[in-house]
Amino acid sequence: MSDIINFNLSELVLNIKNKKISSTEITKAYVERSDKSKHLNSYNEETFDEALKKANEFDSKPDFNKMLPGIPIAVKDLFCTKNIKTTASSKILDNFIPTYESTVTQNLWNQGAILLGKLNCDEFAMGSSNETSYFGNVISPIDKNLVPGGSSGGSASALAAKLTPATIGTDTGGSIRQPASFTGTVGLKPTYGSCSRYGIVAFASSLDQAGPMTRNVKDSALMLEIISSFDDKDSTSINFKRPNYTKDLSINIKGKKIGIPKEYRVDGMSKEIENLWENGKNYLKDCGAEIIDISLPHTKFALPTYYIVAPAEASSNLARYDGVKYGFRNEGENLIDMYEKTRSEGFGDEVKRRIMIGTYVLSSGYYDAYYLKAQKVRRLIKNDFDNAFQSVDAILTPSTPSSAFKIGEKLNDPVSMYLNDIFTVPVNLAGLPGISIPAGLDKKGYPLGLQIIGKAFDEQNILNIAYSMEDKINFKFDIKDWWIK
Amino acid sequence: MSKTKDYLIERNGKKYEVVIGLEVHAQVLSESKLFSTSPTKFGSEPNTQVSLVDAALPGMLPVINEFCIKQAIKTGIGLNAKINNKSIFDRKNYFYADLPQGYQISQYKDPIVGEGSVVLDLSSGSKTVGIERLHLEQDAGKSIHDIDPKNTLVDLNRSGVALMEIVSKPDLRSPEEVNVYIKKLRSIMRYLGTCDGNMQEGSLRADVNVSVRKQGDDKYGTRCEIKNVNSIKFMQMAIEHEANRQVDILEEGGKIDQETRLFDTKKNETRSMRSKEDAHDYRYFPDPDLLPLEFTNDYVESIKKEIPELPDQKKTRFIKKFKLSPYEANILVSDLDTAKYFEVVIENSDVKLSSNWITGELFALLNEKNLEITESPISAKNLSKLINLIKDGTISGKIAKTVFEIMAEEDKNPIDIVKEKSLKQESDPHELEKLIDKVINENQDKVEEYKSGKEKLFGFFVGLTMKVSGGKANPQLVNEILKKKLK
Repeated sequence: MSDIINFNLSELVLNIKNKKISSTEITKAYVERSDKSKHLNSYNEETFDEALKKANEFDSKPDFNKMLPGIPIAVKDLFCTKNIKTTASSKILDNFIPTYESTVTQNLWNQGAILLGKLNCDEFAMGSSNETSYFGNVISPIDKNLVPGGSSGGSASALAAKLTPATIGTDTGGSIRQPASFTGTVGLKPTYGSCSRYGIVAFASSLDQAGPMTRNVKDSALMLEIISSFDDKDSTSINFKRPNYTKDLSINIKGKKIGIPKEYRVDGMSKEIENLWENGKNYLKDCGAEIIDISLPHTKFALPTYYIVAPAEASSNLARYDGVKYGFRNEGENLIDMYEKTRSEGFGDEVKRRIMIGTYVLSSGYYDAYYLKAQKVRRLIKNDFDNAFQSVDAILTPSTPSSAFKIGEKLNDPVSMYLNDIFTVPVNLAGLPGISIPAGLDKKGYPLGLQIIGKAFDEQNILNIAYSMEDKINFKFDIKDWWIK
Repeated sequence: MSKTKDYLIERNGKKYEVVIGLEVHAQVLSESKLFSTSPTKFGSEPNTQVSLVDAALPGMLPVINEFCIKQAIKTGIGLNAKINNKSIFDRKNYFYADLPQGYQISQYKDPIVGEGSVVLDLSSGSKTVGIERLHLEQDAGKSIHDIDPKNTLVDLNRSGVALMEIVSKPDLRSPEEVNVYIKKLRSIMRYLGTCDGNMQEGSLRADVNVSVRKQGDDKYGTRCEIKNVNSIKFMQMAIEHEANRQVDILEEGGKIDQETRLFDTKKNETRSMRSKEDAHDYRYFPDPDLLPLEFTNDYVESIKKEIPELPDQKKTRFIKKFKLSPYEANILVSDLDTAKYFEVVIENSDVKLSSNWITGELFALLNEKNLEITESPISAKNLSKLINLIKDGTISGKIAKTVFEIMAEEDKNPIDIVKEKSLKQESDPHELEKLIDKVINENQDKVEEYKSGKEKLFGFFVGLTMKVSGGKANPQLVNEILKKKLK
């Protein structure tokens, strides 16, 4: 059984197709391990019994033409799942059971996958450490004192701890790539419009994008192929010809031009990160790629821009949680009183902080100075990338400015927490695809990631670059199972 | 362009002009809502026309209904307005129990339709009223406060229904102009099939902006906005009250506060709802769930081809082709169904008689029975036949009224009615002579009086003959024969 949890997703699919393992065996293995791993607090909702039932159904009538035949998968609790509680890790949705399924998760089930459970995350995906969840913080399997990153912290923790063979997260400013980087896993944020946002609890509509989190690059290619689809229920979904990402996956990146943006060499960046980046360049050169210095001059404005645009949209997106129609309600003297009591008790501090920032930057008299200006800067940031991509095929940066930090370390210092997103946020603002791959360890022995940023809809290219680097880096991190007694 | 008779408020020898601008909310005639596929049928059971999107469940996204876009473009064309090939949907943020999203999707800085104009036909001539803009927005749900003693109930059937907000320039000057303006807008939209204009069902409502200024001033006074008035009569009453209220304040040396007011239909007065200081900050911003709305000129051109003949053009044609007076033409074209009815009747009948009968007898009948012309108990075909019976002398106008009354009860062919009830006009000179001889013989005294100069008595003989004939005698012939016999 211990073999099963050590197989990556692609291996599992192969083994099940070759009838070497059954869906029930796989599901049991993950359920048992998940059961023993409650200490990590990765799950908000476990659907183990239902999963075992479905696995049994699959085995009695298997369909091996599916891309994920009988494979159990746990997903971030931001995806609405039909008849399964969906909370966005917020008290305000504590009792919410959708009658509908998100397009992205539906795509998984359509390919034979089985829901294993809903994974913890920062409340409404607002956070970089998974400490803002109403259901408590998530612990990283890397070390008992570490955060797994956020907001897809439960996903990263569960994936790294081998509680699920693969998972999906959402990424608004780095929420897939940063936790992937912190946990030694692969996280891909696709181009905005590649994966449907239908049925995903919205944080910041113009930035939110679902994406795979996997143990290796090939698995990411497979997951992306499945979850990416044109959806007429999402007006921002884009109808482009989606490649067969797995079939075209290749380590041949000879002659590819890779940009190194000088603005990402931020003040106070540690030597470790510098070295990591340097190594990354060398690996790429070894693969036959050409390294080119580039400039993305507006990078330094990305973080402030993001922290205007994202809260602005969030303040409006979260207005629907008012206690009137569904979710948590705290009775009041009158409507306004009910709103106030419901929302002040239903939302956590970080969510409230962002609602207030967002409300402020949209207020009359401040709109032009903040929101409108931020939109203009956002355009400049996108132009930076467009210009850079005139001369390069992809861009290599560190994923985060440091390795995972300690639980509680930054909880009371929002700005320091926000700085964690410094390398990931520009990618969301520009709507581009970015992938984080594990690339080394810092001196404490914690994983560090490198990010490859591509042109819009050029996921195949960054997957190939990541694939070839993965081959060279040969990243190893033995999870010690310290939390299993 | 002649001006309408001035509507002025006089106080202490001073004359005040009333300046009015309207924001009309017209429900788009569409099977489904602006951003969801829910039906829009009026009068359905509460909360039966509500999709996940309308109820704003987590993760639900708006998807634009292209038909509503087309309807807005059509209306813009009907208002002679500039169609904007790129427009933007914005979120208007505010909390209310019947606003599930916590924001209304509307258009703020970049509406789908820009400036246009509407021509009003007033008794004193025509007047052009400027249109500022037309934009699309979602309707809210309905809060019901009088069913449950403790709770407010919410019906989301209307939530998300497409509305066109048509904003006029402050070009209106009297309650009467407002009446004509609303009717003209409604007429245009009904011709286009873009709004049914049904005010009882709330398909057409308006916010009324009123200010006053001394006659001759060229600066506008401070305006007050009267929210959500749902009938023309109430609009007129509200304007009258509000304008007088403002004049009173000015005459007492006060100044008008810019504010939003409500019209209390029971007390016939407006009262303050919120001042400018308390005005909501709606925090408008472009809805990130929707891309900017863009379409090509070709698209607009293709819609232009679908535009039917509109009231103004029809009126011109009626005047030119049928020699109707502008007044008659106006009445006949103001409602598309009336115009259609008229055109069916005149296909085979005299135009002048048709116009008279439709605007006279038929309108009176419909009015009495509270029916639309589409529900008329008398079909256009049968009315046409009735008119032909008059025209060819088969029946008199008076008998025609009797036949009309029978037709109103059951839509029968008037030819059959005339036959069954033997109402055919007596036009045989021999038969009429016999009748007249009898009348003369029995009234020799009157004949003497007539012959001795009391010529007024001629009418007496005509009337008596008609009476004796049971109204069926051809009055023209009776006249002729009587004249001869009484010589």
